[in-house]
Amino acid sequence: MKGKWIFSSVLITIAAILSGCEPLLVLDPKGPQAERQAQDIMLSIGIMSFIVLAVFALLIFVLIKYRASKQSPDYEPPHMEGNIWVEAICVGIPVLIVAYLSFVSVQSNYIVEATPEKYEDQEPLVVYASSSNWKWHFSYPEEEIETVNYLYIPTNRPLEFKLYSYGPITSFWIPQLGGQKYAMSDMVTTLHLAADVPGEFVGRNANFSGQGFAENTFDVTAMSQKDFDDWVDEVKDTADPLTEEKFDELLEPGHLGRMTFTGTHLDFMPPPDHDHGSSDSEEGNEHQNHSEQDKDSDHSNH
Amino acid sequence: MEFFERFAVPHPSPAIYASMVAIGLVVIAIIAGLTYFKKWGYLWREWLTTVDHKRIGIMYLISALIMLFRGGVDAVMMRAQLSAPENTLLDAQHYNEIFTTHGVVMIIFMAMPFIFALMNIVVPLQIGARDVAFPRLNALSFWLFFMGAMLFNISFVVGGSPDAGWTSYFPLAGNDFSTSVGTNYYMLAIQISGIGSLMTGINMITTILRMRAPGMTLMKMPMFTWSTFIANVIIVFAFPVLTVALAMGTMDRLFGTQFFTMENGGMDMLWANLFWVWGHPEVYILILPAFGIYSEVISTFSRKNLYGYKSMVASMVVISLMSFLVWVHHFFTMGQGALTNSIFSITTMAIAVPTGVKIFNWLLTMYKGKITITTPMLYSLLFIPLFTLGGVTGVMLAMSAADYQYHNTMFLVAHFHNVIIPGVVFAMLAGLTYYWPKMFGFMLNEKIGKWTAWLLSIGFLLAFMPMYITGLDGQARRMYTYSEATGFGTLNMISFVGAIIMAVGFALIVYNVYYSTRYASRDISSDPWDARTLEWSTHNPVPEYNFAIVPEVKSSQALWDAKKEGHNLFKGKYEEIHMPNNSGAPFLMSVVFFIWGFAMIFSLWIPAIIATIGIFAFMAHRSFEQDHGHHISVKEIEETETKMRGAK
Repeated sequence: MKGKWIFSSVLITIAAILSGCEPLLVLDPKGPQAERQAQDIMLSIGIMSFIVLAVFALLIFVLIKYRASKQSPDYEPPHMEGNIWVEAICVGIPVLIVAYLSFVSVQSNYIVEATPEKYEDQEPLVVYASSSNWKWHFSYPEEEIETVNYLYIPTNRPLEFKLYSYGPITSFWIPQLGGQKYAMSDMVTTLHLAADVPGEFVGRNANFSGQGFAENTFDVTAMSQKDFDDWVDEVKDTADPLTEEKFDELLEPGHLGRMTFTGTHLDFMPPPDHDHGSSDSEEGNEHQNHSEQDKDSDHSNH
Repeated sequence: MEFFERFAVPHPSPAIYASMVAIGLVVIAIIAGLTYFKKWGYLWREWLTTVDHKRIGIMYLISALIMLFRGGVDAVMMRAQLSAPENTLLDAQHYNEIFTTHGVVMIIFMAMPFIFALMNIVVPLQIGARDVAFPRLNALSFWLFFMGAMLFNISFVVGGSPDAGWTSYFPLAGNDFSTSVGTNYYMLAIQISGIGSLMTGINMITTILRMRAPGMTLMKMPMFTWSTFIANVIIVFAFPVLTVALAMGTMDRLFGTQFFTMENGGMDMLWANLFWVWGHPEVYILILPAFGIYSEVISTFSRKNLYGYKSMVASMVVISLMSFLVWVHHFFTMGQGALTNSIFSITTMAIAVPTGVKIFNWLLTMYKGKITITTPMLYSLLFIPLFTLGGVTGVMLAMSAADYQYHNTMFLVAHFHNVIIPGVVFAMLAGLTYYWPKMFGFMLNEKIGKWTAWLLSIGFLLAFMPMYITGLDGQARRMYTYSEATGFGTLNMISFVGAIIMAVGFALIVYNVYYSTRYASRDISSDPWDARTLEWSTHNPVPEYNFAIVPEVKSSQALWDAKKEGHNLFKGKYEEIHMPNNSGAPFLMSVVFFIWGFAMIFSLWIPAIIATIGIFAFMAHRSFEQDHGHHISVKEIEETETKMRGAK
């Protein structure tokens, strides 16, 4: 086990040197979900390095030992059928490795798909994150505010993102807080994240969505709950209300800077209500009805 | 004038205008050349109407190499654009078109015809047959592929290229967000060549099951034939899914159906599922024949039989079954929940086990062998370590929770190039070099060949290893630019340098063909590599009928046994040989398919209807046609054989 960690630390060092000594985003987690994922990545890099080394070593061995130039001209290689024991080892060891990784993988699935364990006792902050060409709209239903292209979040509290799209499939991704998930037009997906420390993080759409895709990014700022509450109060005092006409304008294809509003679009344009039998979206389909749903599809059609 | 406006490129650039001129000049040059040298008749008689599997194989090969360069130019342009932050070589729209066509061309129009080329050339010879089971269907398969490829390639000068990615996810690929005809090209060109692939699948399965030489039981087939068989079984099960998905996509775009749209119950997720139910098995359709080539090459140049023949076959059967059970790993992030992801995470990792078995079997084949490093062997030896890197990163990607971080990043791009280039492309180049004397009667230059292999490997490492790192640093795939603050610049510049080195490597292949055609000795034996399987027991180049006498086989390495034990593979005396006649129908029918596709793409309904009737007319004609083929007389065989033996 020790060898594995030595080797993986060598790998990290190599990676760090190559990237100009700054840690890679994914391997520099600032929240529990990203941390679990970074652990899985380092674990698999470690185990896989052993396999790579074993194959390299065997290849180098046979190449050095059995080159024709190293053998007498009249050497005739033997006829070798398979050997059940040798082949059992070739199957057995990979099976053990894969079984172990599968075990870790399944465990991680249930961890990243649930409220982060260490903040379980707290009420999650729900944020509806919807994309339109090529922007992100963040609605805070409880706080009754909405932002465009930037996201303020409190630290040390579970975050529950409800994702959907007013157009092509996009993928909501804040590498340092955790992996991505798709936002689609016909289903709400849920992504559980949390931030351990205050800071500024980059967020982006990771799934190709047309011409403005490369610039489809947003800024994330994590702050203490108190600072977050102050910000919410300030927004409520200063920002304009979000009207239906204004929101339609926002949905037009293009890029916008940061924007802030009071009220959310959820009131007049609720998220999609199909769940397609997925457990993932069970909480995403409250208080909506079909007639309204049909109405919004016109808007998403620009 | 309004009628012609639809054919204009919606987003032109000097490069596209230059391509138009270049394409025009090349077409004129070809027509003028053929007329000047009076080669029209030769072209028609010997190539356009041929049903000979060897010639069809060579045509597949030429098409694949041309497409390799088309896709390669796309690749170099992409790497050039990304080599520096905020580069303005290409704009977003061009970049999107280029990565879309790069993906489609490389998978559908380069890798597929390349494996079909080797299957066509090698399999009938390897099983001691005179042709494939349905020679004319084989010609139709080729011409459908070819017309599909041509149709796809004219998109960038007529009407505009597709720009929704090679996966063409809806609703992005729908009419709302892809307004040009580009995605119509995608749907119809792939459809036409996909029909050809499906026919090849049926043809190859029948050939291998029904036309093996006496004594060659299933478990005595050479490994390349086994891999071809399994790959074609996968084709027959996977391609209909693609056909249906493309038909639904076409109807959504042309006829206003709502399968994948955002309204009226359309499901974008359905496209993703259907696409990958075909798309993942497709990966194994490409890699299994590649494994077959490596098995032949490694065994030949280790002068040793293939280790663990039975487990090689078993692992391929397991891979073929499991290839249909892993497709969800292409979208772990679609929100299907922890349970579904766990199931597909486990199946995906499990498929690494049979693949690993093959790696170990190749290593054990070399163990106690007598290894000579020829160009094909060098590709195989470079393949093992490079492909292992790609394989283990595949296992990493299979961990679904971690995949949330890899998905849609350059890490993923690095992974699949890491399996496809050393896996498929190196195998095809190894196969090309290995079987070149079989096709053309002379060897490719070994020195240039080895330079090529090294350049491609070094270029590959420089081009793709940095992507693993930038992926983990948050560089999403398919971004046409990035800011300086991201810090991706240096590594992307290294990638660009690698891409240039690879381009030099590919150019060297062309130079090698030129050089060897000019200078290589024609005086080679029928078995220049001292190989082990039947295809090397007939003359170089191979006569029309392949084998004057059908060989009798006792093991999976019939020729080797014959050489070792000194027995004669060909017993009996010459008899009349029955061969199929050439036919222009496959070519002409494919031309009609091309017209049909083009008319559909531009919604020109009257030509489309006429072309549809034309296609059915060809099928009706074939149903009533009486064609019993022709016979080659004993005298003719004797003459050919004497001449060939003399030529040795």
